Amino acid sequence: MTVIVTAGSFVVSIVLGIISAGCATSRSPVLRAISYAYVEVFRAVPILTQLFIIYFGLGSIGIKLNPIPAALVGFGLNGGANLTEVFRGGIGAIDHGQTEAALSIGMNPLMALRYIVLPQAFRIVLPSLTNFAIGLLKDTSLASAVAAPELSFDANTLVERTFQSPEIYILLALFYLAMSLPLSALATSLERRSARGHRA
Amino acid sequence: MPLVRIRGLHKRFGAVEVLRGIDLDVHAGEKVSIIGPSGSGKTTLLRCINYIGQPSEGHVTVNGSLIGEKSVGDRFVALSDRSLARQRAGIGMVFQRFNLFPHLTVLRNIELGPVKVLKVAPAEARERALTLLRKVGLADKAAAYPEMLSGGQQQRVAIARALAMQPKLMLFDEATSALDPELVGEVLAVIAQLASEGMTMILVTHEMQFAEDISDRVIFMDHGKIVEQGPPDQIFHAPTHERTRAFLRAVLDRRAKPL
Repeated sequence: MTVIVTAGSFVVSIVLGIISAGCATSRSPVLRAISYAYVEVFRAVPILTQLFIIYFGLGSIGIKLNPIPAALVGFGLNGGANLTEVFRGGIGAIDHGQTEAALSIGMNPLMALRYIVLPQAFRIVLPSLTNFAIGLLKDTSLASAVAAPELSFDANTLVERTFQSPEIYILLALFYLAMSLPLSALATSLERRSARGHRA
Repeated sequence: MPLVRIRGLHKRFGAVEVLRGIDLDVHAGEKVSIIGPSGSGKTTLLRCINYIGQPSEGHVTVNGSLIGEKSVGDRFVALSDRSLARQRAGIGMVFQRFNLFPHLTVLRNIELGPVKVLKVAPAEARERALTLLRKVGLADKAAAYPEMLSGGQQQRVAIARALAMQPKLMLFDEATSALDPELVGEVLAVIAQLASEGMTMILVTHEMQFAEDISDRVIFMDHGKIVEQGPPDQIFHAPTHERTRAFLRAVLDRRAKPL
């Protein structure tokens, strides 16, 4: 469950982050304002509060989400807001001449973003993305608060049942470590791959 | 009807007026060089032709269509991103800093526009890209990434990238200014060949000899205006304006001057 919640909200975060960063860098003041409001709200409110609002708050007005979808929505929206800034920084780091060259061969701004700017920005934000993914993996432990049956939730249940708290929590920590390390390794290999065409 | 028609063009950056009323016609097949001191508005003028720079006032028409806007009644409204992109596809531009896409191979740089914008079949686009690479003398660099190439080679790839869109007009923005002196010749050779094939081109350049050799017309700009224009012989050897003479004296005399 931890893996599903992490992977799912990671994907949602990236999609939202890219869309929102695209809006933040667009010419339209309306899109920029929407992105700005989204980022400010979801970055300022603690993720636990957001989870409670989505799970219990929406529940009280009749929108019942199961714990796992609630966690995906919560972590996704929150992550999207955080990644907006990451992607915006990445996009901003790409020389404007790249966009101009893309426009000059007849691409519209969206194509220029997709084929020229984002692939280059991706390489720049990769280390931050890894950081974000590992953070997310750990933060999903908060989903236990809305009774999503992820790793920490199971651990707590187990502690309540067996009273072996030190052993179980150390084991829990080892599980998180075991999941983070392959992520770091994957990131390193991705960074190496995307360095093609760039001397490091 | 000229291929390019510019009327009443003004461009302001904040309070600074960089272009102060430009009228210019360029006919199909004509090669026009724009010279003048830095800050005279040459590059800005070039960038307004494909709307990479947006005119503050005035209008540009290329091949019969108004660039970046359309007239509705007695007003002008901005074109959609898509329509503007379609117009730009027919106007090639070569930048001072090359602006090749560093994450793509040389071949991919050239075929990307035809495939994504013109929807040319990938095999055909590849064929066309390879032909262009041969034309600029870089057939063996198809698989290389831009940063493995010298500046001169990169600029030749950039020219091939622009040509792949089969433009009706080519804009060169100081195409050799960022190059080491010994690499200038190879890029000028490619441009000269293009000129001899009848391509319509507008060049902003500091290469006076080259401008004299290939241009049908030379334009001297200063302070956002066209001061003088005419055949290269006249501009370079019998300029009528004092400002043109002063500029040419300063540019052609490369000796160190006492301060």
